[in-house]
Amino acid sequence: MDFKKLLWDLFYDTGKPLSQFYAWAHNLWMQTGLPGFILDVFFQLVIAVVIAVFIALNAIWIIYYERKFAALLQIRKGPNRVGPFGLFQTVADTVKMLLKEDINPDKSDILTFWAAPFIIFAASFGVFLVIPFGNGLIAGDVNIGMLYVLAISGLAVIGILSAGFGSNSKYSLIGGLRSAAQVISYEIPMVLTVLAVVMLAGSLKMSDIVAAQTGNPLKWYFIPQIVGLVLFLIAGNAEINRGPFDLPEAESELVSGFITEYSGMKFAMFFLAEYTNLFLTSALAATLFLGGWQGPFLPPVVWFMLKTYFIVTILMWARWTFPRIRVDHLMAFSWKILLPIALLNLLITAFLIKVI
Amino acid sequence: MNNYSNIPLQASNNGADEYILNMGPQHPSTHGVLRLVLKLEGETVKDIVPDLGYVHRGLEKLFENRAYGQIIPYLDRTDYLSAMNNEWAYVMAVEKLMAIEVPQRAEFMRVIFAELNRIMSHLLWYSAYGMDVGALTPLLYAFREREEIIDMVEAACGGRLTHNYYRIGGFRQDLPKGFFDMLKKFISHFNDKVDEYEALLINNVIFMKRAQGVGVLKKETAINYGVTGPNLRASGADIDLRKQDAYGVYGRLDFKACLRDNGDTWDRCKARMAEMRESLKILKQCMDMIPEGEVMAKVPKIIKPAAGEVYTRVEGPKGEVGVYIVSDGTEKPYRIKLRQPSFSNLSVIKEITIGHKIADLVAIMGSLDVIIPEIDR
Repeated sequence: MDFKKLLWDLFYDTGKPLSQFYAWAHNLWMQTGLPGFILDVFFQLVIAVVIAVFIALNAIWIIYYERKFAALLQIRKGPNRVGPFGLFQTVADTVKMLLKEDINPDKSDILTFWAAPFIIFAASFGVFLVIPFGNGLIAGDVNIGMLYVLAISGLAVIGILSAGFGSNSKYSLIGGLRSAAQVISYEIPMVLTVLAVVMLAGSLKMSDIVAAQTGNPLKWYFIPQIVGLVLFLIAGNAEINRGPFDLPEAESELVSGFITEYSGMKFAMFFLAEYTNLFLTSALAATLFLGGWQGPFLPPVVWFMLKTYFIVTILMWARWTFPRIRVDHLMAFSWKILLPIALLNLLITAFLIKVI
Repeated sequence: MNNYSNIPLQASNNGADEYILNMGPQHPSTHGVLRLVLKLEGETVKDIVPDLGYVHRGLEKLFENRAYGQIIPYLDRTDYLSAMNNEWAYVMAVEKLMAIEVPQRAEFMRVIFAELNRIMSHLLWYSAYGMDVGALTPLLYAFREREEIIDMVEAACGGRLTHNYYRIGGFRQDLPKGFFDMLKKFISHFNDKVDEYEALLINNVIFMKRAQGVGVLKKETAINYGVTGPNLRASGADIDLRKQDAYGVYGRLDFKACLRDNGDTWDRCKARMAEMRESLKILKQCMDMIPEGEVMAKVPKIIKPAAGEVYTRVEGPKGEVGVYIVSDGTEKPYRIKLRQPSFSNLSVIKEITIGHKIADLVAIMGSLDVIIPEIDR
């Protein structure tokens, strides 16, 4: 086999060598006479592990990036002691978390208290199934891709509620309730903006949405859907409880909201989930509005990461600039401003699709 | 159930939605060790009782065992953000008691440091307030300029936070070489920086929505509770001791008291922003007017005021800083009572917070600019 061609394919048309490899392995497996699904389960597990490793490595980088970016905005240096340019700061922090005592508060509801970090993490982990990292580099290209994303990421609120309930702390409970109200309110404008994109692409499948935008930047959906992009970023930022919408945590009001009582590795799980969600929201915005992995010259994975981190930077910028919104303003903002605009956007999009 | 010893509030039994929340003494936004006991319904504050005394150090009792000159450093540790103003109030009281005439140069230096101190205090209020309302970046911007002032103060007296600079009769030492260059540089660019602070936080739309019309403090209520300083002026009362008492050389300087009309959280913020600009004006004038000469009056080695009592007050960054001294003719005071603004300013919180949300409570408390070691002493 031509090595150079394989290398090219690996970078630019990743789906092809992967499916060739799968077919080859499948053939080999079938000769042993064992049932085929065992191989499939094995491959699924490999993919899951790869994604988990990616999440961990990405979190290390994204936390470092956020701290450096915040430092840039705040005219200070940021982490610069552990490793070159402070790159291993997050590793050191993680080790510290691992070594910390794992505290269960008095009279806490053990089941919900323990389940919460795992539910929250699982919700963000599951969404990675349909994130198209590159040309054919997608774990499971299901038909209902976008619907799946919205459904699975909506599960996180159960984790937050159970964290708030299980902690046996009033601050946690208020934080949990705030979060439930917030996530549900902002899910609706988010769904409506996503719907407009889905209408344009004519499919819920992620690879179709990317393909419909083509490699031409002028045909990416951020041009017809510029309102949608802004709405998506605002609603997405509120969904992941960051930036000016960090009411469930609200340090100055609720100490730490629903994570007040967590320590050690369980706290780290929340932290990991937060940054994974940040990455996911940005990745979705890049996929839906910025043409996904498509772009000239550079390999698709690089384009995908560049676009995602561009959105990540915008979200971080908002987080480190704005003061926190008050809880009733937050609700009013979603229901009275975002929702009508999203509906109008949807209507106009539908109308234009019919006309043009 | 819960074994809290002294909870001054009870949730009513028939209203099932009410509950008691202990905010503090360890809480990110109670500025030290203040404990607020809240009665909440959902997120709405129904009742509130501040619980004080967590950093009580018995300073006023300590004073009774110190010579007059030894008391000055303790005053730095009451309100550590306005150390210069506290010292001034105290040395002014002793000077009044002993009828000491302070040299002109020292009088101008006192104004300079009091105003620098006012800006320092307001800058720290601004940064802490940013944190209270969830904006983390203003902190660093305000500290950038605060650092400049601290460097100036450090050059003059060696201390960055607790200065121990004012003396009965004048100052410990004259200004260092190059002090006015530093001051000139600071004055030349600080006004722009205040614009930057306003753009960054005070005039932000989110912040304005949170602050306007929240925690309205009426003029009468403010006066009844003894609220002083920017909080009072934000409610529209034209009371500024620098104007009214015209102590030191304030009578010769041109500045205005920064009044606002509504008395809400936003007005209190705007009043402080305006005050920083006014302080800058005062500094500019002082720099031009300050004469050469001695900085210390002729003061006896052992300070022994005649028996009697005296009350002096200065306009600190947070309000009226008063010192009441009773002397029995010995070298130690018989009794010193400090009147510091935060206690009265905090006491008004119940009036203006009930009916608002927890988030508003934090915003209102921050806007009152209370500092706990000053309340407890």
